[in-house]
Amino acid sequence: MRGYLKYFKTELMVGLQYKAAAIAGICTQLFWGFLFCLLYEAFYSYANVDAITYREVITYVWLMQAFFSLIYIKIEDAEIIGKIKSGTVAYELCRPYNIYFWWFVRLLSRKYAHTLLKSFPVFVFAFMLPSAYRLSFPISFEALILFIITIILGSFIVVGISMLIHIISFFTLESKGIASIIASIGGVLSGMAVPVPLLPLVLINITKYLPFRLIGDTSFRIYSGNIGIIEAKQTIILQLIWVVILIGFGLLLLNKALKKVCLQGG
Amino acid sequence: MSYISVKHLNKEFKVAQRGSGLKNAFKSLIKRKYKIIKAVDDISFDIEKGEIVGYIGPNGAGKSTTIKMLCGILKSDSGAMKVAGFDPFKDRVKYVKNIGVVFGQKSQLWWDIPVIDSFELLKSIYKISDEEYNKTKDELVKLLELENLLSTPVRQLSLGQRMRAEIAASLLHNPKILFLDEPTIGLDAVSKLEVRRFIKEINRKRQVTVILTSHDMTDIEALTNRVIVIGHGKKLYDGTLTGIKKKFSSGRRLEIIYRDLVNEPVIKGTKIIEKGNNKVVLDVNIDEISISSVIKKYTDVCDIEDVNIINEDIDNIIVKLYKGYDL
Repeated sequence: MRGYLKYFKTELMVGLQYKAAAIAGICTQLFWGFLFCLLYEAFYSYANVDAITYREVITYVWLMQAFFSLIYIKIEDAEIIGKIKSGTVAYELCRPYNIYFWWFVRLLSRKYAHTLLKSFPVFVFAFMLPSAYRLSFPISFEALILFIITIILGSFIVVGISMLIHIISFFTLESKGIASIIASIGGVLSGMAVPVPLLPLVLINITKYLPFRLIGDTSFRIYSGNIGIIEAKQTIILQLIWVVILIGFGLLLLNKALKKVCLQGG
Repeated sequence: MSYISVKHLNKEFKVAQRGSGLKNAFKSLIKRKYKIIKAVDDISFDIEKGEIVGYIGPNGAGKSTTIKMLCGILKSDSGAMKVAGFDPFKDRVKYVKNIGVVFGQKSQLWWDIPVIDSFELLKSIYKISDEEYNKTKDELVKLLELENLLSTPVRQLSLGQRMRAEIAASLLHNPKILFLDEPTIGLDAVSKLEVRRFIKEINRKRQVTVILTSHDMTDIEALTNRVIVIGHGKKLYDGTLTGIKKKFSSGRRLEIIYRDLVNEPVIKGTKIIEKGNNKVVLDVNIDEISISSVIKKYTDVCDIEDVNIINEDIDNIIVKLYKGYDL
């Protein structure tokens, strides 16, 4: 356990070095945040929506921009894929740790590093905007606590999914295709395009059976009060179940991959 | 039972085959053809504690595959393997605490962080106590002259510096067995000598069992006398390097520098390669005539000032050996 923690810290420090990337990221996030705000302002002035209010959507938009790196599914780590392709993975297998959890920690630390770099400036900016576009404070202290718990559990779910994408490259050596399919489906179903309550009913029903909406959507709505405290607590249980399922499946798949792993050259 | 015991080890790889061109590319989308390659074919050997063993063979012979199976990375298809009382693949996590590994072409250090941070990380991974860590680290740093490199990020090290750091990293947790897969690849002469000196030192001081693969025969010659030669996945030879030399090189080259020679003696079993000013170089076939009798024949007719016996270059011998086995 100490090893994993130390590794998390080391990787976090490495991740925090990339300041230029962070500045570029912040600009992108602010741009999109602003664009979404204008879009929803126009939308809400013509439509009547019961599922989620304008204020809640604005809060939703800014939280998503602040935590974008945490919830976005993508190939996090070209290095892991590179290790698999080049065979450097051999070294990892010579270490007394569970390679699944080791990489899990690595992906997680990357996500946290990026988020730590980006979220703070986005928060500051979003709190200072004119009231129409401003990020609201959490609806209650309890909601804030639940928001923090669910966003952390959500990050475990993203990394669980991300790990599956990385492990698949043991079999295919190329997982960009699979990653982009999962990223676009997952993106829509986790509310990255529009908040889940604004999706067509069919899709809303689908999201109930998939882990994606538990990644960001539910947390953002807990923050603004769109989801009540009781449902929020149920969300946590649901998240835990998905974390267990994803990690279990990942472990299984990786074990299978390692049995047929073939390392050439060198 | 031996410290490392390998019995009838087998490993096959399935390699996808595809003809060239667009047509074949489409064909292989639907149906793939595979070729089975026997990377390791019924290999057995024993290694005792504290030995240094050179594991040699041409490219693609199955060296690295064997090493990877010994490290617990690859699962063998059949055969039994016991290393320090463990089954490497089955008991991987427990087993790997006992081994150190250096793959010359790959890096185990973290690219973006200083060497010392990599060491600290390894300390946590292997759960090394502070006291033991400091002791081992100081010893390794001194032996490998790493003082000035410790705070440099790995990506800024030269290959020679990196290799020294790699070896130190592989020994931090005091492993009982060290696997070195081409540790001197790409190194300059000075770094090579350094690495060799160090491997010897570690073997002597800590009784670390070393298994070494290399294409550089001078590495092997400098470090060990026991070699295992494999080719096409099969074990061809297991014994001393001197044994190989005897088997595949019957010749010695003799250089004699003399004074006052009137008539060059004609000696059966020798061939004059070069003759110059008071100097002769001959190839001696030691199956026909001993070196001492050749020298004696010369002393009979002249004053000898100096004699050099030149052994055949080990690389040439290995080439002969590979040819002998039709590799």
